[in-house]
Amino acid sequence: MSESAAHAAIESVVRGSYGRLVAYLAARSGDVAGAQDALSEAFVSALQHWPSDGVPEKPEAWLLHVARNRTIDTARRRQVKQAFEETLRLAAEEAQRAEVSREEFPDERLKLLFVCAHPAIDVAARTPLMLQTVLGVDAARIASAFLVSPTAMGQRLVRAKNKIRAAGIPFTVPEPPEWDERVSFVLDAIYSAYTTGWDSLNESGTTHQALTEEAIAMGRMLVQLMPTEPEARGLLALMLHCEARREARFTNEGVFVPLDEQDARRWSRAMMEEAEQHLRYASTCKRVGRYQLEAAIQSIHADRAVSGLIDWKEILLLYEGLVKIAPTIGSQVGRAVAMAQAGDAASGFAALEAVPRERVADYQPYWAARGHLLHLLGRTGEARKAFTRAASLTDDPALRAHLFNRSEHLPST
Amino acid sequence: MKYALLVHHPKEYFEKRNDAEAIAAGRAYGEALQAAGVLVGGAGLEGPLTATTVSVRDGKRQVHDGPYAETKEYLAGIGIIDVPDLDVALEWAARHPAAAVTSIEVRPLLGGHFSTSAKKDS
Repeated sequence: MSESAAHAAIESVVRGSYGRLVAYLAARSGDVAGAQDALSEAFVSALQHWPSDGVPEKPEAWLLHVARNRTIDTARRRQVKQAFEETLRLAAEEAQRAEVSREEFPDERLKLLFVCAHPAIDVAARTPLMLQTVLGVDAARIASAFLVSPTAMGQRLVRAKNKIRAAGIPFTVPEPPEWDERVSFVLDAIYSAYTTGWDSLNESGTTHQALTEEAIAMGRMLVQLMPTEPEARGLLALMLHCEARREARFTNEGVFVPLDEQDARRWSRAMMEEAEQHLRYASTCKRVGRYQLEAAIQSIHADRAVSGLIDWKEILLLYEGLVKIAPTIGSQVGRAVAMAQAGDAASGFAALEAVPRERVADYQPYWAARGHLLHLLGRTGEARKAFTRAASLTDDPALRAHLFNRSEHLPST
Repeated sequence: MKYALLVHHPKEYFEKRNDAEAIAAGRAYGEALQAAGVLVGGAGLEGPLTATTVSVRDGKRQVHDGPYAETKEYLAGIGIIDVPDLDVALEWAARHPAAAVTSIEVRPLLGGHFSTSAKKDS
């Protein structure tokens, strides 16, 4: 193994252990920032020693041991860490017992996710906090994805971690009825990380792309941590279906391709199959939710890869269900389009007209859908205006070009 | 951990606090805190009209009529409870009779300058 390959292998072990260790330590001390401080030194040490010595059998126990020793050294100089020392000592002893008895190292990442999703935490900090503490994504990258300055993001994260410690937010997995609310915060945060990455996929290379991958990694972890929660599977299936189409979303020249015109041969079969497995399992739980329905809609689109057809009637049924559970503007627009595609453009247009106009003033998908439906109804002039408005509401250059193109090349009907 | 429950009321609401119903609800709540063994102390406050504000600047005492700041809502009462964590504190705050009308601010106490009870900080 070359040195760089060894480094990459070690980084992936360290990466995999990061969230588990932060969760493990913070659950005992209530101090997320302290846990991260202690671990960062241990990780540096691992990167120095493991390439020559090899990866230890229980990497987490090793890291904890080093974190403990380093912290005791620095505690003498930095009083702030003294409070953490006791926690680390106890945690290291506990980890050593686990090492000897070959028990599994306890995985408390779910608790950490629930802490990040606690209603006492600033809503704007919840998703970044999950990314940073559970996956170890660095603050600068999170800042660029969420379009704020690294300083502002850094402060937001510090404030949130201070609040966890100072306000005494407990590291517990909540019970019903809080469970549902908090799970949905966790799911929404992960999905928001995914869409943040997805929306800007075409813009600036790697950081955003990585964020969609982080979100999927977090989705996979969530399914592993709560295997019987159908909505976690629904969310993972939804993200995998979208991710499966990444290649087909733009031509090699960077031109945007709408979903029903994409070359299905460019979709990732492996991801689609994984998505379907989760969706099948979720359906056996007999508890339908927003993410399962959204994933099921994507699943029907995915079916085109096999059948060559899109079952719009089925999609319409799913949107009817979705509008009942989650009556967002997005689901209402989706239902209107499905009505039109299923053969009833007039009803679809009426459904669009029923959406309060002030809520869609700056909502691009509404205006694109409106353009499409007006075109189906033969109202070319109005369709052109709607497409132009949609084009001026997106910040994605490829999508803007596509919408202008539709506006200009409307066939007269 | 010890938490302060800060009850804020809109100015006009202060008059309603002497209703028999409000008094009974307040007393029952205090008894429930006591029965659960979480109460450190607490009291309701007279209205903002009764407030006098003191400060010392350049060695000179300044006394002003009225509360510290003109706001829409005023501090109407405080309670101090001792519970394991924020979630438990929030549960108690939600049970406060005033929570149905206004809102209760929950804040952890900063350590040691004032003794709040014989109980040790957990």
